[in-house]
Amino acid sequence: MKLSRNTLFFFLGSAIFYALVKIMQFNGILTPYWQLVLDQALIIVIGALGLSIIYGFTGQFSLGHAAFYGIGAYTAGALDKVYGNGNMLFFFLSLLIGALVAGLVAFIIGLPILRLRSDYLGIATLGFGIIVRVGMENGNKLFPVLGGATGMSGTPQLAQFDLIFILALIIILLVRNFIFSTYGRACISIREDEIAADVMGIDTTRYKILAFVLGCALAGLAGGIYAHRYPFLHPASFDFLKSFDFLLIVVLGGLGSMTGTIITAIGWVFLLEVLRVVLGQDFIDWRGVIYALILVVSIIVRPQGLFSGKEFRLLVPEQLKMATGKERTYAGSGN
Amino acid sequence: MEHFLEQVLNGFQLGLMYALIALGYTMVYGVVQLINFAHGDVFMVGAFLGYFGFAVWGLPLPLAILLAMASCALLGVIIERIAYRPLRYAPKIAALISAIGVSLFLEYFSSLKFVFGPNYRVVPRPFPEIQWKIAGLTVTNIQVIVFVVVLIMLILLQILIYRTKTGMAMRTVAVDHNAARLMGVNVDTTISITFAIGSAFAALGGVLYAIAYPQIHPFMGIMPGLKAFTAAVLGGIGIIPGAVLGALIMGQVETLTSAYISSQMRDAIAFAILILVLLFRPTGLLGRTETEKV
Repeated sequence: MKLSRNTLFFFLGSAIFYALVKIMQFNGILTPYWQLVLDQALIIVIGALGLSIIYGFTGQFSLGHAAFYGIGAYTAGALDKVYGNGNMLFFFLSLLIGALVAGLVAFIIGLPILRLRSDYLGIATLGFGIIVRVGMENGNKLFPVLGGATGMSGTPQLAQFDLIFILALIIILLVRNFIFSTYGRACISIREDEIAADVMGIDTTRYKILAFVLGCALAGLAGGIYAHRYPFLHPASFDFLKSFDFLLIVVLGGLGSMTGTIITAIGWVFLLEVLRVVLGQDFIDWRGVIYALILVVSIIVRPQGLFSGKEFRLLVPEQLKMATGKERTYAGSGN
Repeated sequence: MEHFLEQVLNGFQLGLMYALIALGYTMVYGVVQLINFAHGDVFMVGAFLGYFGFAVWGLPLPLAILLAMASCALLGVIIERIAYRPLRYAPKIAALISAIGVSLFLEYFSSLKFVFGPNYRVVPRPFPEIQWKIAGLTVTNIQVIVFVVVLIMLILLQILIYRTKTGMAMRTVAVDHNAARLMGVNVDTTISITFAIGSAFAALGGVLYAIAYPQIHPFMGIMPGLKAFTAAVLGGIGIIPGAVLGALIMGQVETLTSAYISSQMRDAIAFAILILVLLFRPTGLLGRTETEKV
């Protein structure tokens, strides 16, 4: 197998990042608390990349992403809690099943609702998210293990930094390869103009569903990891406010940019925790206010997002580099 | 049967309040194609100002309502000026994110101790509740007041939109900003007026809501806001009679589900109906399907 130079740089960069984290762990700079925040950030990266495929690259407006994150979390968490007993193999199996179930649900719901457009699609997915939340709150009536409105605990905590990091790397590579494949091109063309894509012979329904299922399965995978890193699952962690979190990560990062999504996801998770530390006990009430202000100000300053349509070169497969002098945007800015 | 009719009446009351909020959503969507997520929080501010007006500062109720409506109208205009106008010709999603930010800001800022405070407050009744028995049905004076007030407001709105120059300007802006400008319409002012009217309606809805369901807190606007928005989409967003129709349906669905199925399933069924309606009528019940031109 021949790896391109960009891919090599990607692995090199990842190795440096990993080494830095390890050094900080060793020196005790990275306390268990900040380790938890970092793990959470990587989990959110996986979930947000899912929404990036759906909205950033395919242009299908979804306000229900957290529902799939929750479906994955509850499925994987409950399976491992009942059958797992700390078995690593079963842990991976439960992650896989969580992602598959989220993808399956996305397929079933996506077939009818992906016919809707823009805001109507957004509100339909938002409604679906609320239905899922009601389902989680009442799930204990069918399966007592789910815990219902009081939340669920008892999933073996098997996900550690090393593992989450490797999974995140695999997912980033996977999403990269998807975006720069024929499938990804088809998705981008749907975002740019659905009718034109249709005229060019692209089966728009098929690709929209493909992107939606893939994106939601990634959310499900992220949820499954979350269930194995945080001992307590609660329906409130997966409601539409969480969907807004994913959405604003993808939008602030810049639509149609993996780089933007990854950086913003990490930045956003850390911002929340840094605010907690900076404000201290006396001003903790102001956290939400400042968070909201940062959100409004940053979108007004950069309405197109941080990296609209642009990628760091190490996230681009080699053959797509363009001739010198041409602007290096790969996926267009979108709107 | 009587129980059923009483539930229908309760649902009607709830639906009328949703209609007041939904009108703001739908009018704003009409002129700027923006889902104004902060609208539910303007409703909350209206409820609090009304409560402070008649329960804390001792103003007479009509004055308290007018105060709440005027302040929220101003709030709506300020929100539009600061958070939406700079993004008006940016991608639509940017303004939506800004709206989410404003919504969070209003919620958390209101929760601060020196503003409204994070706690639930019980709203005292500004007038004693009277119940009448009409043909076996219990009707309260609150229901009558809500009905009369909403009816008057709807008539006023209808006159404003179809019988005044401002209304004509609003309808023009809803079709095309540039064409409106060429016809001599001041687009910015018209949009500000739309936000003012929508927010005043939300404030009125907030005060009535606080009187009918006497408990308020800074996050109370989220669910009614979402429901009202859903109602606007259900009826066909941007269309005023559609918002009222959608709101009345939402009110019925919610009340009847709580009464006959389970109150926990209320939200799930309301949104399931929304999704079903959208599948068969993708632009809402009264929405027109526009053929997309290449």
